[in-house]
Amino acid sequence: MNAWLWSHVDAFVTTLARLVRTPVATLLNVGVLGIALALPTGLYVALANVQGHAQALAADPRLSVFLALDAGRTEIVRTGTRLREHPGVGSVRYVSRDEALGQLKTRTGLADVVDSLAENPLPDAFVVQPRDAAPQALEQLRDELRGWPKVAHVQLDAMWARRLEAALRLARLAVWLLATLFAFALVAVTFNTIRLQILTRREEIEVAKLIGATDPFIRRPLLYFGAVQGLAGGLAAWAIVAISLYWLNGGLANLSQLYGTPLELQQLTPEDGLSLLLFSAVLGWFGAWLSVNQHLARLDLR
Amino acid sequence: MISFSNIWKRYPGGLEALRNISFTIEAGEMVFITGHSGAGKSTLLKLAAAIERPSGGSIIVNGQNVGALRPGAIPYLRRNFGLMFQDHKLLFDRNTFENVMLPLHVNGFERREAARRVRAALDKVGLLAKEKAYPITLSGGEQQRLAIARAIVHRPAILLADEPTGNLDAGYAADIGELFRSFNQVGVTVVIATHDEALAARLKPRVVALKAGVVVS
Repeated sequence: MNAWLWSHVDAFVTTLARLVRTPVATLLNVGVLGIALALPTGLYVALANVQGHAQALAADPRLSVFLALDAGRTEIVRTGTRLREHPGVGSVRYVSRDEALGQLKTRTGLADVVDSLAENPLPDAFVVQPRDAAPQALEQLRDELRGWPKVAHVQLDAMWARRLEAALRLARLAVWLLATLFAFALVAVTFNTIRLQILTRREEIEVAKLIGATDPFIRRPLLYFGAVQGLAGGLAAWAIVAISLYWLNGGLANLSQLYGTPLELQQLTPEDGLSLLLFSAVLGWFGAWLSVNQHLARLDLR
Repeated sequence: MISFSNIWKRYPGGLEALRNISFTIEAGEMVFITGHSGAGKSTLLKLAAAIERPSGGSIIVNGQNVGALRPGAIPYLRRNFGLMFQDHKLLFDRNTFENVMLPLHVNGFERREAARRVRAALDKVGLLAKEKAYPITLSGGEQQRLAIARAIVHRPAILLADEPTGNLDAGYAADIGELFRSFNQVGVTVVIATHDEALAARLKPRVVALKAGVVVS
């Protein structure tokens, strides 16, 4: 057990020593891996930021229920009560046609136009806050209310948020696609690095095998090499994204002052960052594993 | 300790390196395998260490049938041997100390104990003063002694040496011969493939002579 643990520590230290001994090659390799990983990671962070804003906006969906113009007093009251008693409805606010006209007048600056109207064209309306904000529940509620008597039209205010949501889903798919492609690139880069390692250390591997080294003993440092290089690539990617966001936030501060709204891009969360590191280390290990299986088997002893 | 029975070795292309070889090496013996180059000496050593596989027959080392070993068991078989190769197979990117360290590393020795053994082995072959030197800076005789140190550092029960005095002048060859004698005296089984008759005359070992893949004496 102790010897086993020791051999792992030893393989790890050997790996670090090899990485340090060839600083330029290490830096370039880690740079390539870092950039490859930074692209999907950056897109992921951008998406998470947009999503954060979209969710805040879409979290408060409302239904506007417009009644028919010929709805009478009793029908308005009946509809109001029916709405309040509906299990899917959180709260209801009544907006009378006169109130709506008044708002239109004061808010839009269309006072002249409104005054010139012979009669109020607006219907009485209820603004309904649903209990369940899930898109499907909202649509169901809308369709149900549409069928009620004297209800002329039901408007779902969160429709645009749903469209954004759909667009974001598409973008998320693009992130995964990109991540898959770059994951493949990471595996390929590691595969080649390890192939070179095996070629340059061919004699050493051969001698080690001849004097009784087991296959795990020979594989271990190579697998560690792949994993450590992948991990370093992941760290580089995290750093690239973090620094880029920091710069962008500097520019955004200027912009947000001009717009009068606080705009700030959120950094990668620690959980996401650690997942990135784990992901890149595992991929590096996998690339090394593929390479070792390919190339060590072909290394015949003479 | 090592027993060859009815060993055949054919290479692709029809070359028959060994033909129906049978003999046994007892523990503690010193055996020379002699013959011209191409007689099959090296092949015989490689078969014993499972570096090559026989086309027919069986080899028993320490009671284990070498031909029937799982691939995973072969490294452990090889650890019984100290191997010296015709081309030394020293690692030129490592210094003397690190070259001798390799077998102990492979065997999983603890580092401090390993360093002690490396120095003992280097002392034995007279290279202790050169532990920081790289093999390229060593003379032919020193390289050969370095190869010996690497072969014996993990204290194997059997030493297999392929042409250990090839290309060495007589003085160096005599030194090397004395080293082999001293290992044999402390109980190591020594098997040497060589065509160096002076060495044989000096050490007076048991001789297995090969000619065209057949034992002739």
